[in-house]
Parts: sequence; structure tokens; C-alpha cells
Amino acid sequence: MFMRPTATLAALFFVSTVPLALAAEKPTDPQIAHIAYTADAIDIEAAKLAIKKSKNREVVDFAKDMERDHEAVNKQALDLVKKLKVTPEDNDTSKALAKAAKEERAKLAKLKGAAFDKAYIDNEVAYHKQVNGALETLLIPSASNAELKSLLETGLKIFQGHEQHAEHVAGMLK
Amino acid sequence: MRPLPLAMALALIASPALSTTIEVTIDKLVFSPASIQAKVGDTIEWTNNDILAHTATVKGGWDVMIPPKSKGKVMLKAAGAVDYFCRFHPNMKGHIEVAP
Ligand SMILES: [Cu+2]
Repeated sequence: MFMRPTATLAALFFVSTVPLALAAEKPTDPQIAHIAYTADAIDIEAAKLAIKKSKNREVVDFAKDMERDHEAVNKQALDLVKKLKVTPEDNDTSKALAKAAKEERAKLAKLKGAAFDKAYIDNEVAYHKQVNGALETLLIPSASNAELKSLLETGLKIFQGHEQHAEHVAGMLK
Repeated sequence: MRPLPLAMALALIASPALSTTIEVTIDKLVFSPASIQAKVGDTIEWTNNDILAHTATVKGGWDVMIPPKSKGKVMLKAAGAVDYFCRFHPNMKGHIEVAP
């Protein structure tokens, strides 16, 4: 399950639950770039694990789609920060994301077969949902550079697509 | 190159049976136009301007792979209305009305 990381991220991310904390923590563009890159990199790591461990064709195909898309997005993000001369800056949100992801990977690494497949896909649904929430309520509204904002907006559409794709695969595993 | 005789050129333009290619563009995960009208024998050609691969997929029907910065196409063989979507990003949706 994803109980503890969910609680941590929810506290960091969801404006509706913690409006005051967020008002004080509005990220800067270098921080937003770092958060977005970290969020992508986490999903690539999870995908690599699934490609290695899963024997389920649908799950492996999904993981390959995630790896391919997120690598393409991160390449574009790196090109943009280079062009804008922005140096991505590590921050508490990135750190919380990375920590939660590490815990999730450790949990997944212990599972096998159908139990792994289900845990991976369920986490993909939850993870994309969380990142979408963060993009919509925090990262996109906070971005000041127009190109960065536009990249995040496209990123949101991609993540929303992945969330639906993951839900579809989850439905097939049942 | 010799120009086509006029009569033949007119026949080509006027012929109702002549099939055409209909262009659809993909930009930032959006098919546009999202809804198109075509007839049996027409070809739909998608131009993907995104850095991501997409598909145009009809549930239980055709499935066209459209690689990044590339094109994909399908020839319409059956009349009727079809909804299509992208398998990788199911939030991408399109609609084609195919006349006989
Ligand atoms: Cu797509």
C-alpha cells in the first residue's frame, strides 16, 4: 500500500487541505523545474523495476510506455532549463517525493508475480493522481516563466493520460 | 511534363468515387480537427508534432501507430461513425463519420 507516502505528499501538495502552508511554500521556477524532473525520474525508475520483474505482458508494455514518455518529457525539460538558463534547485517537495518513491520501490522489490503487478499498477494510478494534483494546484499556478508553464500544462495532459492508461491496466488485472 | 487533357482533369476533380486524404494534426495531445467527415475509401493521415508516440485506435477495430514527429495513416473500409483514442493517452479522443 501507499499509506505513509500518501499522507506526506497530501500534506505537501493539496491546496484544499493545507492552504496556508502552501501560500508560504510557493515554489520558484528553479524549484518547480526540479520537482517536475524528479517526478518524471521517479516514474522511470518504477518502470525499469516493472520491466525487470513483471511477467505480465500488459504490465510490461505499460511500463515501457511510461519509461519512453517520461524520458522524452525529461529530455524536453532539460532542454528548456538549459535554454532559460535556469538551474534546477533541490527543495523539500523534491526530497519528499524522492523519499516516498524510494520506500515504494523497496516495497515493490519484495513482491513477486501477480502481487507485484497489482502493487505496481495501483501505485502508478495513485502516483499519477498525486502528481496531477500537484501540477494543477501548485506547480502550474506558481510557474512564472511562460514556457515553463506551457511545458507543465502539456505534462499535466500526459500525466492525466497515463492515469487513465494505468486505470485501464488495473481493470484488466482484476 | 505534359499537362493533363482538360476533360480528364475535370473528370478527376468531379468524380464522386475519387478518394481523398484527410489530414489530422496532433499537437500537445490534441487531435485536430477532433471530428471529421469522410467516406469509405478515404485515407486519414495523422501528423504527430509531439515528442511522444501516440496511436489512433478504435476499440475492436483498427490501430494506427503514430511515432513522435512522424505520420501514420489508415484507409477507411467501412461506413459508420467511429470514436478513436490514443492507447498511450486515453484522454486523447477523436471522431470520424464515414459515409458509404
Ligand atoms: Cu497519445
